[in-house]
Amino acid sequence: MTEARDYETIPGTYVYDARRGRQGYALNMFCMSLNVAENRRKFKENEAAYLEQFALTEEQRRTVLKRDWLGMLKVGGNIYYTIKIAFCDGLTFQDVASMMSGVSKEQYAKMMLAGGRSAEGNRYKDETGSGNTRG
Amino acid sequence: MDRGVTATPYWESLFKGYEPARQWLAKLAPDVAIIVYNDHASAFSLQIIPTFLIGVADRFPIADEGFGPRPVPVVQGHPALAWHLAESLILDEFDMTIANEMPVDHGLTVPLSITCGQPQQWPFPVIPLCVNVVQYPPPTGARCFKLGQAIARAVASFEQDLRVVIYGTGGMSHQLQGERAGLINREFDTAFLDGMTQDPLALTRITHTEYMREAGSEGVEMVMWHIMRGALNADAAEIYRHYHVPASNTAAGLMILENRRIS
Repeated sequence: MTEARDYETIPGTYVYDARRGRQGYALNMFCMSLNVAENRRKFKENEAAYLEQFALTEEQRRTVLKRDWLGMLKVGGNIYYTIKIAFCDGLTFQDVASMMSGVSKEQYAKMMLAGGRSAEGNRYKDETGSGNTRG
Repeated sequence: MDRGVTATPYWESLFKGYEPARQWLAKLAPDVAIIVYNDHASAFSLQIIPTFLIGVADRFPIADEGFGPRPVPVVQGHPALAWHLAESLILDEFDMTIANEMPVDHGLTVPLSITCGQPQQWPFPVIPLCVNVVQYPPPTGARCFKLGQAIARAVASFEQDLRVVIYGTGGMSHQLQGERAGLINREFDTAFLDGMTQDPLALTRITHTEYMREAGSEGVEMVMWHIMRGALNADAAEIYRHYHVPASNTAAGLMILENRRIS
């Protein structure tokens, strides 16, 4: 029994399901390699060369090299994994979250202090008029 | 806490609320803790994804999560009870993965730090019970609750009479990804905490989509609470609650539940 993929109606959300699992495996396994200090050093030394060891698509390579955090999610990145690139850069979760949601770090921090992003108006794509599309 | 920032104004009110829980736990002095948590791409990658896993080792080193291991003590295990749990649960039809060696990450050590402070050594041995929430789908809330019930049966049938605490961790509402990052839902979290005593079975019927829609994509981590809740008696009482927004990107909730009659 498979649950209906009704989570696809949630805006701005990239659920790491079977489809993304197939798409993003190599990308996320590259991120996993950054758990090792020596690998972090090698990656920082020559990012493009380091990525050669992993079977990334051109678009996946681009998103990593450009630190396109939102783009990474769209090509199969899993946030539990892609955040390791940010740690490697010395960034925090809030830094990355602000970039993914398209606001400044200060605006994002202010929103969190004020109680976070409300669920009101953010439950369904058709409420926001935006949100992600698969593909 | 690992960075020594708990006394700064931003963190102070969050950490002050943990004090009563520390006192409660210190007074209880458990013989062992079962900590239900999720690994964050530390011990396990996408290579192998165990849905439910139990750690049976003597000790669990601290993982390097991408910035060096956190400066917290190594976690001592409780192999005798852990192996008993593994055997009992599998024979009770819960198909556990067994880990003889694994590092543990902040998913396990932060709840320990919150409830024990920063000792040189953790005050009790720990059995890690790791749940997949990183690859969709995590186990359902109802399945988690039943696993909790099986854990209670297994603990009761252990040859030694031990004082056991079980931690349910994860959540509460938060979303770390996408344009919707930063979602917090105080109403949902409050109803969830209320439901832990008022109608825990009703909570087990919350679907993954409902968690993700209402409590953020990573809010689905809350399924792990049901393992803890299932391990307690139906009439378990709320002893203490602390809820705070924000802890960086998340809503933080802590609740102590106690069986009315220690069986």
